[in-house]
Amino acid sequence: MTDKPDDHGGVTRRHALECMIWAGTGVLWTVAGGVPKSIGLLGNAEAAETAAKGFTFVQISDSHIGFNKPANPHAADTLQEAMDHVKALPVKPSFMLHTGDITHLSKAEEFDNAAQLIGSAGLDVHYVPGEHDIVDEGAGKAYRARYGKKTKGTGWYSFDQDGVHFIGLVNVANLKAGGLGSLGAEQIKWLEDDLKALKDSTPIVVFAHIPLWTVYPEWGWGTEDAAVALGYLKRFGSVTVLNGHIHQLMQKVEGNVTFHTARSTAFPQPAPGAAPSPGPMLVPAEKLRGVLGIADVTFRQGRAPLAITDYALAPS
Amino acid sequence: MSRLRIVLSLVLIVAASGVRAQEAVIHIDNFTFNPAELTIKPGTTVTWMNGDDIPHSIVETNARFHSRALDTGEVFTMTFADAGEIGYFCGLHPHMKGKIIVKP
Repeated sequence: MTDKPDDHGGVTRRHALECMIWAGTGVLWTVAGGVPKSIGLLGNAEAAETAAKGFTFVQISDSHIGFNKPANPHAADTLQEAMDHVKALPVKPSFMLHTGDITHLSKAEEFDNAAQLIGSAGLDVHYVPGEHDIVDEGAGKAYRARYGKKTKGTGWYSFDQDGVHFIGLVNVANLKAGGLGSLGAEQIKWLEDDLKALKDSTPIVVFAHIPLWTVYPEWGWGTEDAAVALGYLKRFGSVTVLNGHIHQLMQKVEGNVTFHTARSTAFPQPAPGAAPSPGPMLVPAEKLRGVLGIADVTFRQGRAPLAITDYALAPS
Repeated sequence: MSRLRIVLSLVLIVAASGVRAQEAVIHIDNFTFNPAELTIKPGTTVTWMNGDDIPHSIVETNARFHSRALDTGEVFTMTFADAGEIGYFCGLHPHMKGKIIVKP
């Protein structure tokens, strides 16, 4: 769950353990003073205080609408449950991030169903594509027609919310044989330019589908040129990197950078190396909702880092 | 000559030439192409069958051909006429690689 966190960036072993306790539902992020903190780690009073001096946002990931295999024959139902959890959060999130694999096979009806289900939460949603969202004949044309209007290249972009700079990156396009996820030179150049005008004190949140740190290269769980991109982020005091793809919680802290992966809302995948392949993991039906979820992130002015709370759809 | 007789004549010509289409199968299971390296004769038709609960695709290393995403149980076929080596990988999971060697 936590990938050998080192205690540099203010994330303690206790924090990591608390994150583990919350593993399973979703992640609610609180951006407080630059570093996302998950809301589950805060009491209700603290959550209310957060609302006054910062904001929260939700991360969902890997909804795989269209998936109907034994690991979860009802991926639409669990996405709807995830949205019900979002609506029930103690602090209303400002918006939602979806870190990719919205659909299973990039089909129009899958995109339609996903949009309808996700729309039920009543929040603005910022998307990045997963590899399952760009397998149409146009290699992502269908995705970009829906979500790429204000983006560059294969769908990357940035936006600002209450002093926090959010950067959505695409690391699932134009992949090469034998490689991992890839950002590509054009996107990295854009990132360098995008960051130029920002002060070192600006809190940064980067979100992309495949982890931007090397989780397990044997299964392709990493991004080959992430180090170059992260090099441009070194000068910032608070950087939070949110990913999906691996359908399980994992966290790592390296200097001022906190890496976090969210659960899927559709099906779990095995821990690195724990199975012959990273395919969908079949768990007993009554355990499924304990390994699916959302993340809630809280940002509070003047505090670091952002707080990330992972909520499971049900107790595991 | 009736249309039927023309067809029969063509069938006889093909049969007499001794050309018989050869076929080979590559199974995709557990995020692996099996066999990962396949040697075939020119003219062989290769079928990839996806047995995983996750889609995979076949992309030639230099993007000279690619399949659509194959869902569980779906297949992709391709006939290789010329001798040579063809490298390929999965467009969704590029760590999955395979090779086809075509030689007479």
